[in-house]
Amino acid sequence: MITRDVVVCDAKPLRLVQRLYLVEIVKGLAVTLRHFLGNLFARKYTVTVEWPEVKREYSERLRGRHILLTREDGSPRCVACYMCEEACPAECIHIEAEDVSTSPTIEFEKRPKVFTIDLLRCVYCGFCVDACPKEAIVMSRVLEMAFASREEAVVGLDQLLQKGPTETLNLGYRPYYGAPRSRIELPIPVKASARTGAEG
Amino acid sequence: MANREARLAAIRTAFPEGGGVVELPGGDLQTFRVDRRVLPDLARHLKDDPALDFKLLLDVCGVDYPAREERFEVVYHLTSLTHGHRVRLKVAVREGDAVVPSVYGVWKAADWFEREAFDMFGVRFEGHPNLKRILCHPAFQGHALRKDYDPGQRWLLREGEQDEPAWAKEAQENEDHFETQVLNIGPSHPATHGTLRTVVRLDGELITKAETEIGYLHRCFEKMSETHTWNQVIPYTDRLNYCSAMMNGVGYALAVESMLGVEAPPRAQVIRLILSELSRIMDHIVDVGANLNDVGAMTPFLYMYQAREELYSVLEACCGSRLTMSYVRIGGLSADTPPDFEDSVRYLLRRIPKLVDDMETLITENRIFRGRTEGVGAISAEDAVDWGWTGPCLRATGVAYDVRKAYPYLAYDTYDFKVPIAHAGDTYARYLVRVEELRQSLRIVEQALERLEPGPVIVDNHNVALPPKEEVYTEMESLIWHFKLIMEGMKVPAGEKYGYTEAANGELGYYIVSDGGGKPYRIKVRPPCFAIFQAFPHILEGHMVADTVAIMSSLNIIAGELDR
Ligand code: SF4
Ligand code: SF4
Repeated sequence: MITRDVVVCDAKPLRLVQRLYLVEIVKGLAVTLRHFLGNLFARKYTVTVEWPEVKREYSERLRGRHILLTREDGSPRCVACYMCEEACPAECIHIEAEDVSTSPTIEFEKRPKVFTIDLLRCVYCGFCVDACPKEAIVMSRVLEMAFASREEAVVGLDQLLQKGPTETLNLGYRPYYGAPRSRIELPIPVKASARTGAEG
Repeated sequence: MANREARLAAIRTAFPEGGGVVELPGGDLQTFRVDRRVLPDLARHLKDDPALDFKLLLDVCGVDYPAREERFEVVYHLTSLTHGHRVRLKVAVREGDAVVPSVYGVWKAADWFEREAFDMFGVRFEGHPNLKRILCHPAFQGHALRKDYDPGQRWLLREGEQDEPAWAKEAQENEDHFETQVLNIGPSHPATHGTLRTVVRLDGELITKAETEIGYLHRCFEKMSETHTWNQVIPYTDRLNYCSAMMNGVGYALAVESMLGVEAPPRAQVIRLILSELSRIMDHIVDVGANLNDVGAMTPFLYMYQAREELYSVLEACCGSRLTMSYVRIGGLSADTPPDFEDSVRYLLRRIPKLVDDMETLITENRIFRGRTEGVGAISAEDAVDWGWTGPCLRATGVAYDVRKAYPYLAYDTYDFKVPIAHAGDTYARYLVRVEELRQSLRIVEQALERLEPGPVIVDNHNVALPPKEEVYTEMESLIWHFKLIMEGMKVPAGEKYGYTEAANGELGYYIVSDGGGKPYRIKVRPPCFAIFQAFPHILEGHMVADTVAIMSSLNIIAGELDR
């Protein structure tokens, strides 16, 4: 239904000062000059960064490339339950389970023999992380992925499994409990330019 | 005309019992089953009877029920701007005789919607002036949304089979025009901001005829949702209007929640509202910025993008993604906001107006900009409604229709804000309306922040929402709920629903049919952009080539939503 609670913003006729260019040009130049000087010296509000020398800091929820976490002994936490495969809207996870219930050293019944993610099909929605009952799959903050071919984009256990201790991983979106783990910094911080030796 | 009986009586005056119009019981909207023979007369009556006054045709879509004898159902959604009521019409046809009279003569809005139903279901609309495929390539075979069409089917389509409007092939015999030519604007043109092809015939620099072709970004989202669970559709909705992904998810979740009979917790609702309004601001920033950029004003575009960049930082910290948010879940949100959410939004409330002011100083009273946009791409209020326009483009013609005011959801009626309108209906008016709307959205966000109370952000109903992770890890029962919900998906009661919200471009409708299973039976999106762009080639006629870009971006072309 048409509402009456409106504010009318019709075009107003130009006043004489506005029709004479000069004053308007000076006013406009004042604005652009302010922005120019601000960007040149203060850089408080500059949102552009000199990528790739300088990179932006993202929040700890960023949904980037996946990581399969491991247990202390280095075996994957994943128990090949297929939940993530089922939850994935892009159908890009492929798992083949291996029965290990007879092994004396492994207390779980199954583990993945094959676990691949097609990173080109993936839409980075994080549903696999939400679906995993074992906190086995999480996401990192790695966004920059380049592949030379489509086949290369299908990554397997060797590339997905966690490398190094958890503290050193660049963790992004992962199961979420307790206090929210993220912070927003505004204005967007600019780090000191990394134009050091790198450019040579 | 608030109630069903009165509406029924007004229809019965012209179509008595047994006259081909049957009222169906129940439903979320008053629904009539219409015999196709009386459809044109009924359409005319619904539009012209002052007691009914259905001036706005929102959507026409098909639904396929292979088990029924009358296999295809064509569904129309109508609303009246004066009375505020809505109805749904259904026309059922058999497969062997799938012909329905076109209502293009009554509402021009039927133009592309009917073509889409033809493309997707093969239902022919008799009397339609230009009935051909719209989203699929002309060499495509079959009708993708029929239930027996395999979603995995692939076609190789070649360039040579490109569609040309018939008039573009005719030689121009006009001897006094020494310079007549046919020109393709797009599909990949910097000003299309996506992919949209407009074929124009030029007389010198003047456009004498135009036709728009869409579908370059078509991915049949509607078919894909039929093969996914209700929650898995959410990442797909992000890709409709990708400039304001949050609002698509909210609209979808609200529609499904109302079918389920659940309601998101208060905190989730306020967060949804705040992020929706921030998304609206972003969308207007992109649109106004792109419009300015296209007419040659690069500087304000960059100023506005500073605000957008900071808005994205906030969204990304909430949900983990800047563009394709997937933050909404049916029943609430995927996670609570970060602890400094309120502070950052307050910062934005201080920061954005300054940038908008700077832009306005440079542009609003700028003689060049006004000369470039005033009177360009003008449309009358009557035409705009006839074409099915909604949103800022409609409001720029003077029709103050806003879903947030007319049919409040998320408690919009308890917020103090105004609906900006203008009367000229041209590119400049659309700019003014958007800028003012942006400021009004800031006001809403400010009020909403005051109402943000701590609390849960998703319903505690494990038929709908996943249990909290710590319980899944430790409790058997939660694990079973978790498992069931992931493996089978939630069950939405059988029925249908037309859910609608005010997205950045206008009324975003979801017509959802459920058969009670874990997957949607049919989801039809009514993208606001689609209705607006069907009028675009008609607006172009009589303008200069250079005006095309100014008009195109002021109508806010979002190919993701246009092509789905
Ligand atoms: S992020 Fe989404 S699309 Fe990617 S693998 Fe996980 S569930 Fe699938
Ligand atoms: S949901 Fe987790 S445990 Fe199950 S298969 Fe996927 S990664 Fe492995």
